[in-house]
Amino acid sequence: MKKNSWFITIATILGFAFLYIPIISLIIFSFNESKLVTVWSGFSTKWYGKLLSDPQILGAAWISLKIAFVSASLAMVLGTLAAFVLVRFRKFHGKNLLSGMITAPLVMPDVIIGLSLLLLFISMESIFGWPAGRGLTTIIIAHTTFSMAYVAIVVQSRMIDMDGGLEEAALDLGAKPVRVFFDITLPMISPALVSGWLLSFTLSLDDLVIASFVSGPGASTLPMVIFSKVRLGVSPDINALATIIIVIVAIGVVIASMQMKPRKTS
Amino acid sequence: MNATTLIANVMRLLNRSGFRARSLVIAVPFWWLFVFFLIPFAVVAKISFSEAIIARPPYSPLYTWTEDGVLQLKLFFSNYAYLLDDTLYVSAYWSSIKVAFFSTVIALLIAYPMAYYIARTTERRRNVLLMLIILPFWTSFLLRVYAWIGILKTNGIINNILMSVGITSEPIIMMQTNFAVYVGIVYTYLPFMILPLFTNLVKLDPSLLEASADLGARPMTTFFKITLPLSVPGIIAGSMLVFIPVIGEFVIPALLGGPDTLMIGKVLWNEFFSNRDWPVASAVAVVMLVLLVIPIMLLRNAQNASAGAAS
Amino acid sequence: MQNQQPAATNPKPWLDPNEQPFIRISNLTKKFDDFTAVDNVSLDIYRQELFCLLGGSGCGKSTLLRMLAGFETPTSGRIEIDGQDVANVPPYDRPTNMMFQSYALFPHMSVEKNVAYGLMRDGMAKSEANDRVNEMLKLVQLDGFATRKPDQLSGGQRQRVALARSLIKQPKLLLLDEPLGALDKKLREETQFELINIQESLGVTFIVVTHDQEEAMTLSTRIGVMDVGEIVQIGEPRDIYEFPQSRFVADFIGSVNMFEGNVVDDAENYVRIHCKQADCHIHVAHGVSCTENQKLWFAIRPEKMTLSREKPESNYNFVEGKVDEIAYMGNLSVFRIKLTSGDIIRVTKSNLLRRDEDNISWDETVYLSWEDTAGVVLMQ
Repeated sequence: MKKNSWFITIATILGFAFLYIPIISLIIFSFNESKLVTVWSGFSTKWYGKLLSDPQILGAAWISLKIAFVSASLAMVLGTLAAFVLVRFRKFHGKNLLSGMITAPLVMPDVIIGLSLLLLFISMESIFGWPAGRGLTTIIIAHTTFSMAYVAIVVQSRMIDMDGGLEEAALDLGAKPVRVFFDITLPMISPALVSGWLLSFTLSLDDLVIASFVSGPGASTLPMVIFSKVRLGVSPDINALATIIIVIVAIGVVIASMQMKPRKTS
Repeated sequence: MNATTLIANVMRLLNRSGFRARSLVIAVPFWWLFVFFLIPFAVVAKISFSEAIIARPPYSPLYTWTEDGVLQLKLFFSNYAYLLDDTLYVSAYWSSIKVAFFSTVIALLIAYPMAYYIARTTERRRNVLLMLIILPFWTSFLLRVYAWIGILKTNGIINNILMSVGITSEPIIMMQTNFAVYVGIVYTYLPFMILPLFTNLVKLDPSLLEASADLGARPMTTFFKITLPLSVPGIIAGSMLVFIPVIGEFVIPALLGGPDTLMIGKVLWNEFFSNRDWPVASAVAVVMLVLLVIPIMLLRNAQNASAGAAS
Repeated sequence: MQNQQPAATNPKPWLDPNEQPFIRISNLTKKFDDFTAVDNVSLDIYRQELFCLLGGSGCGKSTLLRMLAGFETPTSGRIEIDGQDVANVPPYDRPTNMMFQSYALFPHMSVEKNVAYGLMRDGMAKSEANDRVNEMLKLVQLDGFATRKPDQLSGGQRQRVALARSLIKQPKLLLLDEPLGALDKKLREETQFELINIQESLGVTFIVVTHDQEEAMTLSTRIGVMDVGEIVQIGEPRDIYEFPQSRFVADFIGSVNMFEGNVVDDAENYVRIHCKQADCHIHVAHGVSCTENQKLWFAIRPEKMTLSREKPESNYNFVEGKVDEIAYMGNLSVFRIKLTSGDIIRVTKSNLLRRDEDNISWDETVYLSWEDTAGVVLMQ
């Protein structure tokens, strides 16, 4: 392997600095004594205390976690089915349409997804009387829809990499198709399922725009609450919240990468 | 009886009753996306042709049954005419395209050396760096944009440093400007540019570069004649992954931009939430989609090309 | 372990018109959209045969094998195994098993789990299955590796696990897709004979797909040579090599020199051919059904020609040329002789002496001659 030139190396270092300085500044100033977020005046953990006793933030976080859990789980099932169908079934009516519908949400601007789903829900309500009003259910449907696209992409690429002979070998040895799916396919794609689920979970926790469109009274998610607070100006308890999220994610990523390592030999 | 045999038995029962498992497996994801992804666009298109009225829902029905049982179809093209008429919309579209274009170019310039470095470093370091690229992606996007407020604002980190060093005596105004919007966009979408570039560059056979050097090309020549042309699919994929979502971006201009920052995502949001003009908001969305058709097709082609090269 | 010990039956059942074929493939065709992968193939295979399907990549041999296994449905035609029409039998109900080219070992299961998988699907009791697995692992010399995962095995060991897994259900028919393709040359040669031993001791019928002619020659009772979806010749290895029926087969298996010529004399027990290009007369010592002046080809293997400095006495069955290139291969040397017409003829000479002082060298004028039974006349 040839060494990278100094120009590339410096550009890369600067690039990573650009990516990480904002995150580091968030963490540092979450321990700032002063209410002025950007002027250091001494170490304090009081903003964490304030954050953890803010019922609005805690309530919104709980709602967001519930939505993220349900929609990630639904998206995992639906996205896996879609990926399975697209990779393993040779031809069926609507295959092109399905593959188009599965990739389009990845690039569709949030405002369009949010607006179109809201208008759909309103039309459905006036025709079928369901969903009655908007809230958790509609947010879950919306998040499932765009998350399943991400799951499908992750699972699809795993399935394409997987040796198709494995499933055929199981069939050949007498396992029926459903059995093959649970004995062979599922264990083989399980890392992709886990990362797909986690990805959906974070995407759901992160979404502001779509949730703002399709949510209703009493269903304010965490990003919605943060957004309304941030619009009013910076506040150190948001820094504290950011730090908590970053620490949780970092721990998760480290654990995940340690779990993945032994598999790499195959 | 464990779960798998249970499921197998259920499937057998279903099979016996003339039911086809295959069609169910196809139907579930298909109909979900059909109902919750495709039909909504039809609804948006439909509403964009109706008239805003003060009612619930605040738009006129597209077709009505007259008293003598004739179906009456009323299409209002006025919303689209309004978009063309009012310079606000035209300039918002134009400025969205401009912002998306320039931030894509800037992101590409920053991302390329990084992707190149990661692709050519040792495997151990590569995994660490890739993780560092993906890590911010897992943390809240909103909070990462928020971090820039603290850095860029008048009494923010940059100004504090500049003034304490003595470079400026007056704080430089960066917040609520287009500069801040560019910073926020490039920052947020950088990983989307790096990752496809990396996947492309890591597949580049190093012996091609050696062959080029062996035939007398200097490193710069090799880069422009070999590496760059071969990474075009990665460049297109990455650029479209930045360009397309930026066109509709709302959060970054709303948080970092000023009142004169015009972007179409923000306009749509205001049209919908502040003016409650659903038909116009729908028309704005339809035009935005039309604008995105070409970039989305470019992206699909680039992805198919790289998928084809891999197999 | 084995179903039935091979009775001392006819060693060449295909020569006996009264023998019932074990596998009967008739008019089998497989189309993928506009592409015809297998084109109207008919083929009979007998019990305990080790039949090789030989051909280049994309000739349809793997598709044919996959239709036997049940992974592809024929577009038309029939497949009968032991008298049973298997057209609508799914792979998991067929009396066949397959050894995959990639081995397709389940990476998340240990060796014993892999081998036992087929037995478990038949609902066999664990203890009985265990005994069978151990017995099978012993047969392929892998006892002691039972608890390893596939990625902890060498290529040769993996190959044997794949073989064990495909044999454990005692299939009537074992399908092997390039079984030795992933092994290096030395290991491949050893394994070839191991494979034959196992096949003979278990008495299972094998169908092997390969692109390697040497492998096909060593392994098989009979070879079916395939080209663009069709079987162009079926025969024992020696027949295929010595009596190819077409230019394709002659050229595909081993190397061959081809003379294009016209019949000048067509008698009952010989033919005379004149080859304009090489300016030589060829005498073939057996009758050929042809007409005078008909265009045909004479094919002769490099080792069936004699190389000398002296002009032969007869006025046919020789050509004159100059030594263009010599390749020393150890056991033999390959000479490329350039004729005056510019055509190149290959001839091999065994290196019987360790030191050959009187070696024929570059640029010498030489004569190549052959017996009148040394070559074959090909019409197509």
